[in-house]
Amino acid sequence: MSNVDRSTIVLEAKGITKRFPGVIANDNVNVKLYKGEIFAFLGENGAGKSTLMNMLYGLYHPDEGEIWIKGEKVALKNPRDAIDRGVGMVHQHFQLVPVMTVAENVMLGSEITRGMGVLSRRDAEKRVHALSEQYGLEVEPTAMVEDLPVGAQQRVEIIKALYRKADILILDEPTAVLTPQEANELFRIMRDLTVEGVSIIFITHKLKEVLAVADRIGVLRGGKIVGTATPEESTEASLAEMMVGRSVILTVEKKLAQPDEVVLQVENLEVKDDRNHVVVKGVNLQVRAGEIVGVAGVQGNGQREFVEALTGLRRVESGKVTINGVECTNFSPRQITEMGVAHIPEDREKHGLVMAYSLADNMVLNNYYVKPYASGILLHQEAINKNGENLVAEYDVRTPSAYTHAGKLSGGNKQKVIVAREFSRPTELLIASQPTRGIDVGSIEFIHKQIIAQRDRGVAVLVVSAELDEVLGLADTIAVMFDGRVVAVLPIAEATRERIGLLMAGAEA
Amino acid sequence: MTAATVSSTKTNSAIRSNLPLIVSIAVITITAVGYYILQPQQATAVYASTLRQSTPLVLGALCGLIGERSGIINIGIEGQMLMSAFIAFLVNVYVGNLFVAIAAGIAAGALLGLFLAWMSITLKMDQIIGGTVINILALGLTSFFYVAGLTTKGKLQPIPLGPLADIPLLGPVLFNNPPLTYLTIILVFFLQFALFRTVWGLRTRAVGEHPSAADTVGIRVNVTRYINTTLAGGLAGLAGAYLTLEAVGSFERGMTNGRGFIALAVMIFGKWTPLGSWGAALLFGLASAIQTQFQFLGLDFIPHQFIGMFPYVLTIVVLAGFVGRSRPPAAEGKVYDPE
Repeated sequence: MSNVDRSTIVLEAKGITKRFPGVIANDNVNVKLYKGEIFAFLGENGAGKSTLMNMLYGLYHPDEGEIWIKGEKVALKNPRDAIDRGVGMVHQHFQLVPVMTVAENVMLGSEITRGMGVLSRRDAEKRVHALSEQYGLEVEPTAMVEDLPVGAQQRVEIIKALYRKADILILDEPTAVLTPQEANELFRIMRDLTVEGVSIIFITHKLKEVLAVADRIGVLRGGKIVGTATPEESTEASLAEMMVGRSVILTVEKKLAQPDEVVLQVENLEVKDDRNHVVVKGVNLQVRAGEIVGVAGVQGNGQREFVEALTGLRRVESGKVTINGVECTNFSPRQITEMGVAHIPEDREKHGLVMAYSLADNMVLNNYYVKPYASGILLHQEAINKNGENLVAEYDVRTPSAYTHAGKLSGGNKQKVIVAREFSRPTELLIASQPTRGIDVGSIEFIHKQIIAQRDRGVAVLVVSAELDEVLGLADTIAVMFDGRVVAVLPIAEATRERIGLLMAGAEA
Repeated sequence: MTAATVSSTKTNSAIRSNLPLIVSIAVITITAVGYYILQPQQATAVYASTLRQSTPLVLGALCGLIGERSGIINIGIEGQMLMSAFIAFLVNVYVGNLFVAIAAGIAAGALLGLFLAWMSITLKMDQIIGGTVINILALGLTSFFYVAGLTTKGKLQPIPLGPLADIPLLGPVLFNNPPLTYLTIILVFFLQFALFRTVWGLRTRAVGEHPSAADTVGIRVNVTRYINTTLAGGLAGLAGAYLTLEAVGSFERGMTNGRGFIALAVMIFGKWTPLGSWGAALLFGLASAIQTQFQFLGLDFIPHQFIGMFPYVLTIVVLAGFVGRSRPPAAEGKVYDPE
């Protein structure tokens, strides 16, 4: 099953160190990649995985250390140097031009011409077609990239690398945007590629995937390689411990829910996105006091617009939203907040915090205008500061002080500031969108505990997350969104990964 | 998707992207035929004037779109045109060679394009401020150094294209023009081809839409932007040279009279394509020519301010009404900083 050729090292990093102002992103990293091998890099966000990959691809330059490709020491000045040596990279955020066709995207930078710089589109389309046949990567060469689903865009990225004759492929968090089924399809493609002699470096923070597909695993923590292992000798728990440096409770512990009255009632909700397309197409949903409803779904199936409509950030086209029996369709965000709704927004840097404000000021963004923080048009900075200092201590925000600018904090600590602000006042309903995206395991644990504590206090909780494990871990009831509709509502006892995965892909709709 | 639907969506999108040109050619042809039947001489004058009025606008729009397609917004076209008009005029006065004068105009525009690129890319200045700097600079310098009473040694003369020039209406309008007018039409078709069918065009569009995608396949984003903004400046320079060397024959203070800004509107109505911009510019040219004709006819029951508005109103109504929404390159105006 494995196609590893132990006699040939295709890529080797020796003693790589990279410093950014104030941090050592990579500290004396040594890695070997054999021909035909799938090597998984595991690590938390900020562990230095992406920095290392960007150096192997010539986007960054190491401060110390050497990179050897196919037995030759190389100094990669830019991606072009890496491409010329057969290194291809599929970035976490796809590097595709949406308004161009698949073939145009594939040939960009290494165009097929008819001489004089005139493009030969037909030849490019043929070449893409040939590659897609050879490696079993189904794509339509003349399709516009913006019309393709993410799974297909990823295949375009892989073809892009193969078109440049890449035999060392770096995949940066390739499964972040895929359904479980799409991820399995990707793993099949990865194995097929190794049969053709391609070697793959695969970055992720999802433990299950590593065990499923990798030949060898390297764990990065704080810029250092803290261990290498094979899937056979590893378990999820052992890998997690290596990642975090201490043992981690992977499952969320909670008591049985005690659902009470309906707090949030959504009826036939329709919402448009920025491009004026209807993306929430008649959603019906109920959330009761004392229960957590988790919304599962692949990103971009209307979840963002759904949450924005509930919190007053986006206009409701039709339908009805009721909180505790009071209709609040198209209320302003402030009116909704004052009804006792707490909101953890999806994009914490854009909608959650003011980066240039101190933590203390950020902690009163939703109630700065009421006593004790203000009287009339005057703010009482002392009260604001005191509140800030208390919350920083209570919610374990790791910061030099409560007067540090929010922008200076790590992702996990920023999220804790938002949680502190939203949870520190009486609430009836909590709407949390991607509450733990891109933050460290320690902060995830903390935030999950806080969310469950809110539930146990009798708050109705709606959690929207693209991480299926998060939804499965937190929710008492699961609603699956696909193509702008809630296609199923299941009690947690009936929700298996497989069933939810199929629903997320629209299979059972 | 079947082959038939693929090809039909392709045709649809080809029609959509060239809609501004199709709409304005339709408007111009229909009115031209009717007008010619009623008033042959007036019609010929109006349509010849249409093409001439549109020339600096098309060149300005080409300058704008080549910059913006690679991600640099250029609102300094007005300044580039004015400076080039002035330089071309001075060179013509003191050197007395029209070719050298045109080359000097192009060079002046390109130099200001390079200046804009330097401000926007190397200094990472806000591009709107950068363009404004150019506009103010050009207005100030040309007014300060302007000397009244300079006379030129000739201006560019029409070249009739043999028997084609004798066709009624079409002949005098299309085939009896001075050289820069011909050159502009050639440039429109050349750049349309270059932008959508060549390596340069593909890379330019990629850099303006998604610079990091271009970077990761080894295209040097900022170098591409420098080259495009500079070359584009040459086109604005050509527009300036057209004004002093072909249209008017002398220089006056502020003679561009907002054409650089109208060129930007023309570019937007033309959906950032050379053919579309040409269509929008022709329509605007037609409206301007009709407006001039109105003033000759002395229609004094309409206040002259309203007649002066006519080109703007017509262009907005026709293009906004028929052409629909246009979408700028996604990464325009944004600094690209790789590390």
